[in-house]
Amino acid sequence: MPQVNGKYKPNMKAPRTPYVEELPEERAQDFRPVDRGYSMADAVAEANRCLDCKNPKCVQGCPVNINIPGFIEKIREGNFGGGLDIIREASLLPSVCGRVCPQENQCEGNCVLNNKDRAIAIGQLERFLGDNATELAHDPEIKPSNGKKVAVVGSGPSGIACAGELARNGYEVTVFEAFFTGGGVLTYGIPEFRLPKKIVKREIDGLEKLGVKFEYNSVVGRITDAKELFEEQGFDAMYLAVGAGLPKFLNVPGENLPGVFCANEYLTRVNLMKAEKFPEFDTPTKHGKNVVVFGGGNVAMDAARTALRLGADTVTLAYRRTEEEMPARKAELHHAKQEGVQILPLVSPLEFEADENGFVSKVKLERMELGEPDESGRRRPHPVEGSEFEIPCDVAVTAIGTNANPFPKLAAEDVALNKWGYIEADENGRTSDPRIWAGGDIVTGAATVILAMGAGKKAAHSMMEALEA
Amino acid sequence: MYKILKKTQFSEKVFEFRVEAPQMAKKAHAGQFLMVRANEQGERVPFTLAGWNAEEGWIEFIFMVIGKTTEMLSTYNEGDELQDVTGPLGNPTELEGDRVVVLGGGVGLAIAYPVARTFCEQGKKVSVIMGARTKDLLILTDQFKALPLEGLYITTDDGSEGEKGVVTAPLERLCQEKAVDAAFCVGPVPMMKFSALTAEKYGLPIVASLNPIMVDGTGMCGCCRVEVGGKTKFACVDGPDFDATQVDWNDLRARQGSYRTEEGQAMEAYKEESCACHR
Ligand SMILES: Cc1cc2nc3c(=O)[nH]c(=O)nc-3n(C[C@H](O)[C@H](O)[C@H](O)COP(=O)(O)OP(=O)(O)OC[C@H]3O[C@@H](n4cnc5c(N)ncnc54)[C@H](O)[C@@H]3O)c2cc1C
Ligand SMILES: Cc1cc2nc3c(=O)[nH]c(=O)nc-3n(C[C@H](O)[C@H](O)[C@H](O)COP(=O)(O)OP(=O)(O)OC[C@H]3O[C@@H](n4cnc5c(N)ncnc54)[C@H](O)[C@@H]3O)c2cc1C
Ligand code: SF4
Ligand code: SF4
Ligand code: FES
Ligand SMILES: [Mg+2]
Repeated sequence: MPQVNGKYKPNMKAPRTPYVEELPEERAQDFRPVDRGYSMADAVAEANRCLDCKNPKCVQGCPVNINIPGFIEKIREGNFGGGLDIIREASLLPSVCGRVCPQENQCEGNCVLNNKDRAIAIGQLERFLGDNATELAHDPEIKPSNGKKVAVVGSGPSGIACAGELARNGYEVTVFEAFFTGGGVLTYGIPEFRLPKKIVKREIDGLEKLGVKFEYNSVVGRITDAKELFEEQGFDAMYLAVGAGLPKFLNVPGENLPGVFCANEYLTRVNLMKAEKFPEFDTPTKHGKNVVVFGGGNVAMDAARTALRLGADTVTLAYRRTEEEMPARKAELHHAKQEGVQILPLVSPLEFEADENGFVSKVKLERMELGEPDESGRRRPHPVEGSEFEIPCDVAVTAIGTNANPFPKLAAEDVALNKWGYIEADENGRTSDPRIWAGGDIVTGAATVILAMGAGKKAAHSMMEALEA
Repeated sequence: MYKILKKTQFSEKVFEFRVEAPQMAKKAHAGQFLMVRANEQGERVPFTLAGWNAEEGWIEFIFMVIGKTTEMLSTYNEGDELQDVTGPLGNPTELEGDRVVVLGGGVGLAIAYPVARTFCEQGKKVSVIMGARTKDLLILTDQFKALPLEGLYITTDDGSEGEKGVVTAPLERLCQEKAVDAAFCVGPVPMMKFSALTAEKYGLPIVASLNPIMVDGTGMCGCCRVEVGGKTKFACVDGPDFDATQVDWNDLRARQGSYRTEEGQAMEAYKEESCACHR
């Protein structure tokens, strides 16, 4: 490590350490990962740029306050296992969060080097440790069984985090999952090229090794419920992490035409059901020539880039505001554009129209202009009169957000919901039912992996406190 | 894995599987459905719960062979295992009134039968109207006949069995005689649509069990959306039963046909792969 008089001296001149990205035109042919991440040398070089701030701003930017300079120092020392140990104090999913966190708004956005685009690549470093240092890290201490049983509902990042934390502390955990496999959005939503499924599988396998039981094909609220789990099956507590749920729609004519998808369906058919391999796999999907995606978030980017990989000639991302207002991670927007996704800003759909066979064939749009900021601080778009125009579209995908999942009421009737149907929970995940905790998207509305993960971990500790009292 | 305990063949294209699923059997209600994935490569397809026994720990469903997945399922035998069975999903069927009529058309008869049987078990006075294009497509006739029904009316479009015509004729007569308090219908869209129009004319409450294409069956994907009373509903979590007079039938029919081309391809690929010369 670079030193002066025996003291660490950061390499101030170097730019952000680059990483090998697959060529856009090649990677958009299939679902291979977009980049190969850091090598050991890259990681050390990047670690050598960190200023090791006394009052690290990056840590404040991380929702779970990972000791970032701490793990970076370990990388510098070549002690990768030690680095992962530090991350694990705060996060259970470094390989995932290192890839999907909106770093530019969180840790990296807060890094003192962020002006001039020189922020430390914290996400890449975290991912490097998560991917490569598992065998070097200390196996977390596993407490002997205490005989207490917890039911976790949903195997997304929030459920996974809660289950892992509890299992390590001697609890007997059963995860109930509606689908036939685990991971939630990490499995059926975020595509392989951003988050390889073997990473999700590794996390689930890890939990199984800790003794966590998985009950797949089990929709809580239908096949069982809180009452039965507590009164007949001997569970002591429950964590509800069922995700956000029901998709929202644009509410314009023609939205139900064949060929118009909501992103959840479009992505699930491919990520979970392998529709790209039809007819080897039985689930079909539509391979559009001209695909139009509505939205500007991560979900929209994933749908647009999936459309390219399904062989579309043109993929247009239609958004009500401009690129600057898009909530997607900057990297996703960048990668999407590199791969050939065309951004059509400041438009709003008016109507989908069908061809003679009844399939969607074009969409009528109108132009928008930005007016005064709304309550979210973003400038509110207004339609420009007389600006209507049409574009061809044989597959349309809407990615404009979700409403609350309907299962909490069925799963646990005493749990209070807010007026939008999300679960009311305090900062420790406690709900109005003293035996039930909740967290992740079903509490916050659609949010992020790291917040869902953090909520699961917090709830686990709150539960342990309550169950040990 | 979910073991097939018993396979029954009702007719050339209609089968029933009894599947080991103890926890599901405890929670099953008429009108609810399952999502079945036959094997690792399989699609998830919905089937209505046709029977269950909590003591013995099994559930049953009846299916008619119409495409790749159902064709393949028909080759499964007692002792074989289904990769995944999820359920019970959807809301149980509820119908007010002591005298009810159940209308089933085509494959919908597989759904109508367990519903009619449950109404009988609930002590309702049940009439059944069965409809199909032609005699060979009438399924479960013996099973319906074995129920303690008030009346069983059979119609075929070509008159090859029962009365020539469609299900709305007997329905209209029942309405005129004021013989029923409510109706339940399931089948092809035109059949449900005209049943709804007929019932509405006589002020008879009617629910339809809708069968749009589904993927997850838990309200996540939006594939099963239907327009009911001008609102977007998800058949898998808000239904499958809805007030039949409020359904946008054109919309449902168009969406059901979304994958016609691909379904044909799947069937062709399957035949190719399972024909004798490839074994
Ligand atoms: C396409 C897409 C891309 C995204 N990209 C990013 C990104 O780049 N970065 C980021 O930080 N966030 C991203 N997000 C958001 C992030 O994935 C979510 O915020 C996060 O997954 C929420 O975690 P969760 O555990 O609360 O719920 P989920 O991941 O939704 O998991 C919920 C689980 O519960 C199961 N379930 C539901 N109901 C029941 C029931 N009744 N019984 C049993 N199981 C049930 C579901 O099947 C699911 O497996 C993205 C989301 C999507 C859809
Ligand atoms: C709530 C519900 C309950 C049902 N109950 C029964 C039942 O008890 N018995 C029975 O025989 N059939 C039932 N069906 C219909 C059954 O799911 C389809 O017949 C089956 O999926 C056809 O699959 P396939 O591959 O053999 O045929 P394909 O050739 O793939 O499809 C034939 C037609 O079936 C429909 N279909 C295809 N895939 C799906 C899907 N994933 N979800 C829904 N419909 C689909 C489409 O309209 C399609 O045109 C039900 C459907 C729903 C929605
Ligand atoms: S968890 Fe996310 S926000 Fe926190 S340090 Fe890692 S990448 Fe940054
Ligand atoms: S703010 Fe940037 S430079 Fe400072 S400790 Fe954090 S990562 Fe290193
Ligand atoms: S099948 Fe996906 S929402 Fe109903
Ligand atoms: Mg099929």
